[in-house]
Amino acid sequence: MSPLEFTLTLLGISVGAGFLGSLGGGVVVVPAVTLLYGIDIRYAIGASIVSVIATSSGAAAAYVKERLTNLRVAMLLELGTTTGAVSGAFIAGIIHSRWLFVIFGLALAFSGVAMLRRSQRRREAVPPDRWADRLRLHGSYFDEVRGREVAYRVTHTRLGLFLMYIAGLISGLLGIGSGVFKVPAMDLGMRIPIKVSSATSNFMIGVTAAASAGVYFVRGDIDPFIAAPVATGVVMGALAGSRVLPRTDSRLLRLVFVLVLLVISVQMVWKGLR
Amino acid sequence: MSPLEKKTKTRTTDEPVGRFELIISELLRLGVTLSLATILVGLGLMFAHHPDYLRSSADLSRLTSPGAALPHSLRDVIEGVRVWRGQAVVALGLTMLILTPILRVAVSIIAFAIERDRVFVAVTSAVLAVLLISFVLGKVG
Repeated sequence: MSPLEFTLTLLGISVGAGFLGSLGGGVVVVPAVTLLYGIDIRYAIGASIVSVIATSSGAAAAYVKERLTNLRVAMLLELGTTTGAVSGAFIAGIIHSRWLFVIFGLALAFSGVAMLRRSQRRREAVPPDRWADRLRLHGSYFDEVRGREVAYRVTHTRLGLFLMYIAGLISGLLGIGSGVFKVPAMDLGMRIPIKVSSATSNFMIGVTAAASAGVYFVRGDIDPFIAAPVATGVVMGALAGSRVLPRTDSRLLRLVFVLVLLVISVQMVWKGLR
Repeated sequence: MSPLEKKTKTRTTDEPVGRFELIISELLRLGVTLSLATILVGLGLMFAHHPDYLRSSADLSRLTSPGAALPHSLRDVIEGVRVWRGQAVVALGLTMLILTPILRVAVSIIAFAIERDRVFVAVTSAVLAVLLISFVLGKVG
């Protein structure tokens, strides 16, 4: 394969991954690069983390405009995600790459299962939390379905911070956005409404990814020749996807995508253990 | 503070921090666009300087395998960009991309300072510190 063929095919794959981004397509970049081209997984992760920064920073403006993002919660939880991300990126540099394959495979399987599960609305009262009060984390957002401003209270702040450290660690270790771990932590753990959780998670992803990208870059694990087509391709795909996907019935697409994720997950674990 | 005022206070875009963030978010989008444009220019330069990349498959493994001398410090990047090395121009774009969220955090500190919110000035400063430490940790790991 010539370098030109490599660039063009990788660009195509990245556009596809970006297109499925709203379904969690970012997670297929690393498997594609490692399984199809046989490239070192650390270089694949380095390229992927850069594309995560690009898509998150590009999308954040829309969410902030809709006033869905809880900026105070985001800033506070970034303490957890960034320290986690730096730890994860550090660990990725010292463990054997076979374990990166195995952990990646398991994270993919988890993502697949999480996409099928429906989030359940709990009705019981939100337990009071001294930390959330003191840091003034509670907020409100405009609910389009109900047509009015909905106030919400935040709880379990310290648990949230801990879970964000774990989410950041996975993000830094595997080069993924790991929104699939952040959103349930905020939604189920801190009892933040799902829409606010998603927007706030997206807001944090860029800053989180920057923390681990710094480690990868200085370590020399971001190869410009791999990262260039991946970053530009994913952003192009994400732009197209955000226009098309919300208008399609994504249930079947989602099911197919979950099956693909599970197949890739098995391949990654297999490659790691072989 | 009356309950009504309290409610308004939680509305994100009404706070200085919210308005600041909206401007920053738009700037970030511009930053991402500029970074990606730089990356594409660099990629173009790589192919322009090495016409054999279009056909020969001899170079691919050198370009994508560990052990390749990648630009991974600011000095590498600047020195390479000065002689229009494609790889270094791509690395410049990647550096800009990594720096955009870091810039956002730095500006958020100012927004919280204007709000006189000392706790969140501290929280955001700590996040910035972690981000800056990451560049040092990469050298160690």
